[in-house]
Amino acid sequence: MSILVDKSTRVVVQGITGREGAFHAARCKEYGTAVVGGVTPGKGGTTHEGFPVWNTVEEAVDRERADCALIFVPPPAAADAIMEAAAAGVPLIVCITEGIPVADMVRARQFLAGTKSRLVGPNCPGVITPGQAKIGIMPGHIHRAGQVGVVSRSGTLTYEVVGQLTARNVGQSTCVGIGGDPVHGTSFIDTLRLFNDDPGTRAIMMIGEIGGTAEEDAAGFIKQAVRKPVVAFICGQTAPPGRRMGHAGAIIAGGRGTAAEKMQALESAGATLVRSPADMGATVAKVIGA
Amino acid sequence: MKVHEYQAKALLREFGVSVPNGEVADTPAQAREVAQRLGGRVVVKAQVHAGGRGKAGGIKVADDPAGAESAATQILGTMLKTPQTPPEGIKVRRVLVEQACVVDRELYLSMTLDRGRSTHVAMASPAGGMEIEEVAARTPEKIIREWAHPALGLQEFQARRLAFGLGLGGDQFKQGVALIRDLFALYLAKDCSLVEINPLVVTKDGRVFALDAKLNFDDSALYRHKEIAALRDIDEEDPLDVEASKFGLNYIKLDGDVGCMVNGAGLAMATMDIVKLAGGEPANFLDVGGSASPEQIENAFRILSSDARVKAVFINVFGGILRCDRLAEGVIAAVRKLGLRLPVVVRMEGTNVEQGKKMLAESGLALTNAEDMGDGARKAVALARGARV
Repeated sequence: MSILVDKSTRVVVQGITGREGAFHAARCKEYGTAVVGGVTPGKGGTTHEGFPVWNTVEEAVDRERADCALIFVPPPAAADAIMEAAAAGVPLIVCITEGIPVADMVRARQFLAGTKSRLVGPNCPGVITPGQAKIGIMPGHIHRAGQVGVVSRSGTLTYEVVGQLTARNVGQSTCVGIGGDPVHGTSFIDTLRLFNDDPGTRAIMMIGEIGGTAEEDAAGFIKQAVRKPVVAFICGQTAPPGRRMGHAGAIIAGGRGTAAEKMQALESAGATLVRSPADMGATVAKVIGA
Repeated sequence: MKVHEYQAKALLREFGVSVPNGEVADTPAQAREVAQRLGGRVVVKAQVHAGGRGKAGGIKVADDPAGAESAATQILGTMLKTPQTPPEGIKVRRVLVEQACVVDRELYLSMTLDRGRSTHVAMASPAGGMEIEEVAARTPEKIIREWAHPALGLQEFQARRLAFGLGLGGDQFKQGVALIRDLFALYLAKDCSLVEINPLVVTKDGRVFALDAKLNFDDSALYRHKEIAALRDIDEEDPLDVEASKFGLNYIKLDGDVGCMVNGAGLAMATMDIVKLAGGEPANFLDVGGSASPEQIENAFRILSSDARVKAVFINVFGGILRCDRLAEGVIAAVRKLGLRLPVVVRMEGTNVEQGKKMLAESGLALTNAEDMGDGARKAVALARGARV
């Protein structure tokens, strides 16, 4: 079992004729994901590296029953691409694009609120259900099918924990990168809820970082509703206040959003806190008795 | 991106927000001329990208043009040290000379993103002149918040609620509502990440205006505001940060001695954390990005090792899109070009890791291999202290 994506997910890649879009569409397909084609406005009717290209997301939905949009559109047009996918009725939208203006995302989120679409990202590695579907830019080969759900605001740090888990023969049910932007779609709470309800997930590894209060909100939800073990790591324990640490959302502002506050909230909610990023995999293995 | 107060005030004026009359000056003589034009008492304010200038001696009142000249002489060229500057301070290159006013009340007004609600929020408080965090902690009831509709913006009734909350009445109420409306228009039009007016003042003669102004902009939106991007003052930034940004690298200089080079922001933060846990201090945050080229790796290596405080380098890469063989290529090229002045610990994992390790081993360079993050951090910290590993 898994959450969000599996073998049956049919993916349309928005921005497929761009360098990143073309490269990753091919990698996703190689992994076994059902990539049905791509969208680049103005290039409809052509083929790009073996993938059919349409002018609109709607066409991909009509012709190929696409039910997931994977977005590589450059930042100035990315929020528009998200809204187009939502208007076409695509249930799951995964946006990889980094650097979308905040005001654009504020509007896109409002647009999504009136639809049935779920957004993952932006500025994220995507979603993978090992052995079934890779919808994003993560290296597929480091994953292994199993029962640990992974949710994270970071990309490579997620690969790090997955690498540590796989090295211990601990597989993953689904890994979700929710992204490092201050305004994004699916939250920690949304993902925790899905993992909590997924019979194929036994334990949850959560990776947070400095900035905002999403981890504190997640802690409240864990305390109240999550019935599975949660292991958590927060990066940025040594980050200086007032500086944006790479991710647009990773900033300690006005003394709020520190790693210490988040760790304390998660610990008091019953999560097992990992202090060192080298111990993430071992801690999960211990918690599930693997 | 941050801008200076005088630049912020020019934008405020453009959007119809009242600010004191004033002009920027680079020299004491210019400050004198400006004061002459303005007439009467003036305030001479240091222009640096940091708050807390008043207490640090960066703001002085002068009664006449000669006084303005002498105030500017005292301020210009000094290293201004405030709680928000680096320990050595920031050099003052310009002053803003403004007409002084007689303040009746000091208020607070700001606009920013509320991440929790994913929309813009306007905040007002009758307790102006204080740090808003302090007001929020001590007297949270003194802060009024109005959340803008994500698509439709801040409505007139919301501007009125904020103005009432500030205790404005009569003509000042009208001025306040207009000011809030105009300021929000600026906030949206220029993709600001923060607009802060502290203090917003009511003068003895009944005028409402922005006595100070702080504007920050969303870096991701600068591509559509060339006029804002042109206001960037690189003299206010660390030279290494500026150099790194030229190559698309995300670098932030810190105080420690273990230089870190990592792919991905989260892993880069985690690497700083693990260096600290190993008993060391990270010298920097450096994210080379997910798809760095060998040239970028080379530049990254050059930049981080040009920090004189760095005693050892820790390269920690989990190859995804960035393949380990490309990383190895960049590291080898950088070390060959720049020489191996410092001990370098390399930890690689992920895509093409075997190939990358082979390249490093065959390069004949005296690099230290690490098995995992923990091992790498321990070795880098030990090497920075002069130990052999």
